[in-house]
Amino acid sequence: MVDPAIILAGVLNGLLAGGIYVLVAVGLTLIYGVLHIINFAHGSLLMLAMYAVFFLWRLLGVDPYLALPIVIGGAFVFGFVLYRLLIGRFSHGKDENILLITLGVSIVADNAALLFFGGDTETIAVPYAGEIIQFGAAFLPLPKVVSFVAALVLCAVLGLFMARSDTGKAIRAVAKERQGARLVGIDVEKIFAISYGIGIGCLGAAACLLMPTFYVTPQSGYAFVLVAFTIVVLGGMGSFLGAAVGGFLIGVTESLGGLFLGEQLGQIGISLIFILILLFKPTGLFGSKA
Amino acid sequence: MLEVRELSKSFGGLKAVDKASLDVRQGEIVALIGPNGAGKTTLFAAIAGFHRPDTGRVALDGRDITGLPPHKICAAGMVRTFQITQPFAKISVRDNIMVGAYLASPDRGLARKLAEAVAAQVGMEDQLDQMGADLTVAGRKRLELARALATGPRLLLLDEVMAGLNPSEIVDIVAVIKGIAKAGVTVLLIEHVMQAVTSLAERVYVLNQGRMIAEGTPAGIANNPEVVEAYLGHGAAKVLRA
Amino acid sequence: MTPLVRGLLVFGFAAAVIYPFLVPNYLVNIAMLMFFTAFIGQSWNISGGFAGQTSFGHAVFFGVGAYTSTILQVTHGWNAWLAWPASMAMGGAVGCMIAMLSFRAGLKGSYFALITLAFAEVFRILANSVGFTRGGLGMLIKADQRPENFQFKDSIWIYYLAFALCIVSLLIAWQLTRSRFGARLVAIRENEDAARALGIDVFTEKVKVLTLSGAMCAAGGTFYAQKYLYIDPSIAFGIDKSVEMLLVTMVGGAGTIFGPLIGSVALTFINEATRWVASAVPALKNVQPLSLIVYGIMLMLIVARLPDGLMSLFAAKVLGRKQRHA
Repeated sequence: MVDPAIILAGVLNGLLAGGIYVLVAVGLTLIYGVLHIINFAHGSLLMLAMYAVFFLWRLLGVDPYLALPIVIGGAFVFGFVLYRLLIGRFSHGKDENILLITLGVSIVADNAALLFFGGDTETIAVPYAGEIIQFGAAFLPLPKVVSFVAALVLCAVLGLFMARSDTGKAIRAVAKERQGARLVGIDVEKIFAISYGIGIGCLGAAACLLMPTFYVTPQSGYAFVLVAFTIVVLGGMGSFLGAAVGGFLIGVTESLGGLFLGEQLGQIGISLIFILILLFKPTGLFGSKA
Repeated sequence: MLEVRELSKSFGGLKAVDKASLDVRQGEIVALIGPNGAGKTTLFAAIAGFHRPDTGRVALDGRDITGLPPHKICAAGMVRTFQITQPFAKISVRDNIMVGAYLASPDRGLARKLAEAVAAQVGMEDQLDQMGADLTVAGRKRLELARALATGPRLLLLDEVMAGLNPSEIVDIVAVIKGIAKAGVTVLLIEHVMQAVTSLAERVYVLNQGRMIAEGTPAGIANNPEVVEAYLGHGAAKVLRA
Repeated sequence: MTPLVRGLLVFGFAAAVIYPFLVPNYLVNIAMLMFFTAFIGQSWNISGGFAGQTSFGHAVFFGVGAYTSTILQVTHGWNAWLAWPASMAMGGAVGCMIAMLSFRAGLKGSYFALITLAFAEVFRILANSVGFTRGGLGMLIKADQRPENFQFKDSIWIYYLAFALCIVSLLIAWQLTRSRFGARLVAIRENEDAARALGIDVFTEKVKVLTLSGAMCAAGGTFYAQKYLYIDPSIAFGIDKSVEMLLVTMVGGAGTIFGPLIGSVALTFINEATRWVASAVPALKNVQPLSLIVYGIMLMLIVARLPDGLMSLFAAKVLGRKQRHA
């Protein structure tokens, strides 16, 4: 029998990691919900954003948390331009085709990272990395707590933006009924590009929040892409609530899986959840239709 | 030959087909008509195994085929075409028809011969090497017919093979269908083009809002007040008679 | 078959046969890898190209094949040649299982692609964790270079074996273009509903094709293990292999007989060209990613502009055949 305190610590750590996963998954589900495309490049673009955070710190000494606005903005612009130049042109038609296009993007991104940044594992040693705060019986690393809170705040900001702003309303209109949105004069192509940009912007934020406690290699993208898809499929493709709940569930699953099954085998939970959901409940927890 | 009894099918809360019954006898050409949204295509799909009926029974030659998958129903001798044509775009007309012809035998030579014979039967013998995607609307309609025919059916369900055709193309395809029937294939067709219905069908069923409201000869149906109202709106029959 | 095509085939065959006598050893090796990649690409093509079931996780079959024959040899003392059909049977069984589960659940398109990726990942993690695969250490096959052990001292023999595999895979694909099974696969790819209406048992045909594809790909896994005498979970089940099979087929021409071979030839040339560029530019320390970048760009261009791959250029120019892009 494992000590309940260890399990509690595992759950808390999982929830903390889950906060950042939510951010990653919200971006993916937004892109799916609005554009109806499966963005296989999601992990690779997160990896690029993580390198951006890393180099801002290494070359200019910018603290990852202070880099948030720069990297979010940069990621948004990158996503917007990527959509306009590449993805948007091919995003209508057979869904495997756009999947292959985004696979192409991820192949290019992963290998460009390997070519220019090398294969080494890069980390950021922030001065507050070792600080711990006590929560009940559990000791939690300060950066993880900060990242968790920041991720939730950012999700809330995004939620407010979607609910209140004109652009947010237009995005929701396009997601729901793109023909109708076009008829009432919404520039649908522009909304697509903005949505893709916001989705990638979420990755920029996630990258800033991940780097103080995590590492990046050119393979990081692949490590994250299945996690992100599992969260989104678990929650229901296109559902924001689903992405949030799924993010926390997967964070905890990963943490407890590591605890009970060990570092290696623990990761199997994510792939198994992904497979089981697709096989038995493809609408996920909160999705309306497959 | 075909016996449909009290078949119902709903989607969500919407009853698309409501206790519809119909019979098709060996050697007949029977038409199923009705206003847009009456549930004709849903009824077809349920008969051919594409939707499982909620309740009711479908029997072919006395054998219960309710809820069988489409490929088994096809093997039993009943095949449907699609209103929205579904050509295999990237292969030739010959290869398209061969897919149907392979049902009888895995022999390539036989399938090829059968496909070419069927193509001649529907007047596509000059288009065998065209790609599915390159066909005109009329060509696609004929291809639908040819592929279905190549499976060697005893009963053919045709879903609006004339929609989108011009009058001279309609005359052509009516002749083709008559030829098919003469060759011994029983036909049940959904049709909007009344001229074709009258010249082809011996009996007509009328479906409205999921319910079978009338059955009879084409002439009899045209004078049925309930049918007229179904098409033209409530009270229309009275106006027309006045 | 036109005389020109027949001539090209005969010439290509003859050239491939005498090739190892004309070039230095490292070029024999490169060509061997080229034929091998064409072979595993063809296994992808049969389900992904002809039947249209895009997979992102074909490495699962490759890895199952490599591990099955290696475990049978190393742990149970089997002869490698005898282990080969066993590994194909395992690859076929895994293909059958994945197909039954996925297609019963009605998965199509991107969802099928993603679930195959997840299956490969499950197998990778398992191979990393369980005892009988020796975990992350990987497995070594004891070197004993005798033909009866499926190990060759002279690389010419492994070259001929890869060439023979490639020929077999071409024959299988050719057979698909002229058989009922193949016609049904293409019908399923082009339009599943129409295929069902015409009497095709779509589920069964899809299970059959993934079983066949899995068995072929597993044969490639064993070949790879015998050539390098070492496998580990990432080599066997990693996404790189899955992507490689998909890439050569898509670039060469999915659903065509020669697509995977042409894609593999193109990949080989790009590899060598980037190696040459890299030797001229010392800043480029790593060649492999550069050629993959080129290949990733080609994939995007081909999906967007040339859906039938390089094969369609070839067909239009050399064979004078009209190709349609739907």
